Amino acid sequence: MSLDEPGRAWVFGDDIDTDQITPSRFIVSTDPEELATHAFNDLRPEFSANVSEGEFLVAGENFGGGSSREHAPLSLIGAGVDGVVAQSFARIFFRNAINLGLPVMICPDADRIDDGDEISLDLDAGVVHNHETDEAYDAEPLPPFLQELVDEGGLKPYTKRKLGTAD
Amino acid sequence: MTGKTITEKILSDHSGEDVRAGDYVEARVDEMIGHDVTGPLAIDAFEDVTGEDRELAAPDSTVFTIDHHAPADGVKAANNHNIVRAFAEKYGAHQYEINDGICHQVMIEEGFVEPGDLVVGADSHSTTYGGLGAFGTGVGSTDLGTTFATGELWFRVPETIRFEVHGDLPKGVYAKDLILKFIGDVGFDGATYKTAEYAGSAIADLPIHQRLVLANMAIEMGGKAGIVEPDDRVVDYLEHQADLEVSIDPDLASDDDATYEAVHSYEGADLEPQVAKPSNPENAVGVDDVVGIDVDQVFVGTCTNGRYEDIRVVADALEGEQVAPGTRLIVVPASGAVYEKCLETGVLEALVAAGATFQSAGCGPCAGYHQGVLGDDDVCLATANRNFPGREGSMDSRVYLASPATAAATALYGEITDPREIETERYDDHATADLGVVR
Ligand code: SF4
Repeated sequence: MSLDEPGRAWVFGDDIDTDQITPSRFIVSTDPEELATHAFNDLRPEFSANVSEGEFLVAGENFGGGSSREHAPLSLIGAGVDGVVAQSFARIFFRNAINLGLPVMICPDADRIDDGDEISLDLDAGVVHNHETDEAYDAEPLPPFLQELVDEGGLKPYTKRKLGTAD
Repeated sequence: MTGKTITEKILSDHSGEDVRAGDYVEARVDEMIGHDVTGPLAIDAFEDVTGEDRELAAPDSTVFTIDHHAPADGVKAANNHNIVRAFAEKYGAHQYEINDGICHQVMIEEGFVEPGDLVVGADSHSTTYGGLGAFGTGVGSTDLGTTFATGELWFRVPETIRFEVHGDLPKGVYAKDLILKFIGDVGFDGATYKTAEYAGSAIADLPIHQRLVLANMAIEMGGKAGIVEPDDRVVDYLEHQADLEVSIDPDLASDDDATYEAVHSYEGADLEPQVAKPSNPENAVGVDDVVGIDVDQVFVGTCTNGRYEDIRVVADALEGEQVAPGTRLIVVPASGAVYEKCLETGVLEALVAAGATFQSAGCGPCAGYHQGVLGDDDVCLATANRNFPGREGSMDSRVYLASPATAAATALYGEITDPREIETERYDDHATADLGVVR
């Protein structure tokens, strides 16, 4: 998959936990669009009103730690975010994103991207392009099992095939 | 080939393959649990993947609790509760009510979990089951919903980091202090994707309610699971607590020549009460470093430290005394059974007489939903597991994490206080005995 259309990077720091992505008081909803209106509500209140389709999230180490709430990646999908690039991810967030089909890339050079830079992702080649600086950063390849899951569009299509319920 | 860790054994057993750390497997899941926040999304995923012919793979092992917003604090929460109720009734899953308590405590008290089981929960503290020697791990709602349908889920077999504590623990030092110390030493992401295995003579001496604390907070260092090797204490505990007869496979322990990613070793005698400063559990320091800091609220509860033994430590310290003026003490039992036991033994009465607010069972203000949310600049000391910015309310509030004994001493003086300062005879009993819940 290639997300080669450049889009704005919203840059966050280290240890952004799921309480900061989707504060607890808003996760009574399961609707991605509604959740999107509260994404980063307290940490970065201007995010939800200004993010648009095709933009990217960039973060430092350990993005998405804390609770298992799928509302966190769902709120990013609802906001139209096309992919998340981080130096490292917390386990459940990473798993949830893959299950939901939200592209995630582990990229040690993610800290070279500045807020507002135009970036694009090449998932197949495992490369993040920074169009602002004309740099390309390598991302870690996904293990084959996860790549298969991603290629299939996430855990739901994968399970439907297993159960024979795919339409 | 070298031996296996308990993690590798459980995942081999449930996948029917001989697996090692780093392998990807699809494994049979023994129990699956969702609650009022994560349940509705899991239900959507289940209905999506099952198409026309909807059936739970294992209704008897499918459990829902209503604990996060219990009782409902608004219309949306109430509607989520009704979604969970309707689903459980329609498909024959177990469902617990608003006064039954926190998912992890309910699963254990009700005897769903046995040593060696593979448990998934759409809640990150599903690591708690490792206190019984099970492999419990938190997953997302899509994971849970598809597991409802298939009874299986994909896993990456995690590497193991071993924490050993030898000798005896000093007075005033509990499992909570150990786990805060471990998290402080390896960091908030120090065990990401890994199992935290707890061993050594001091751990083997811990009662089950304390082992559950170690397993519970494995996630606060990023852990996929936290496990204490099961022994006869687990057998006794399940018999008394859950009316469950189990026997433990003698091979259900890490082999002596198993491969560990790291081993951290501690002498019990060197340890002291710990407090994690705002706003991350990894900010653990010896209590001396924070003594004297004024607190507005003390919160005793959660799936970490809301058990009867925890609440009784607090009641013992406060019996015949008063909570410090200007300080609010909020106590939330982890389950309805814990509530009843507090009622029956006079613990509730002692706490109320001391000026505590004693609330119905559930998560309480742990995640900032309701029943004790913090305002701007409020300072709280909690027996909870997380103190992220805004976790318990305002982004400008500050939360310190500590053991129930430290919470009790702090409630008494209105400032962070070393639990070793106050004499509570039964401290040592609490460290060694499981007092149990009402049955
Ligand atoms: S008590 Fe707190 S940490 Fe435990 S399940 Fe409830 S909200 Fe989560």
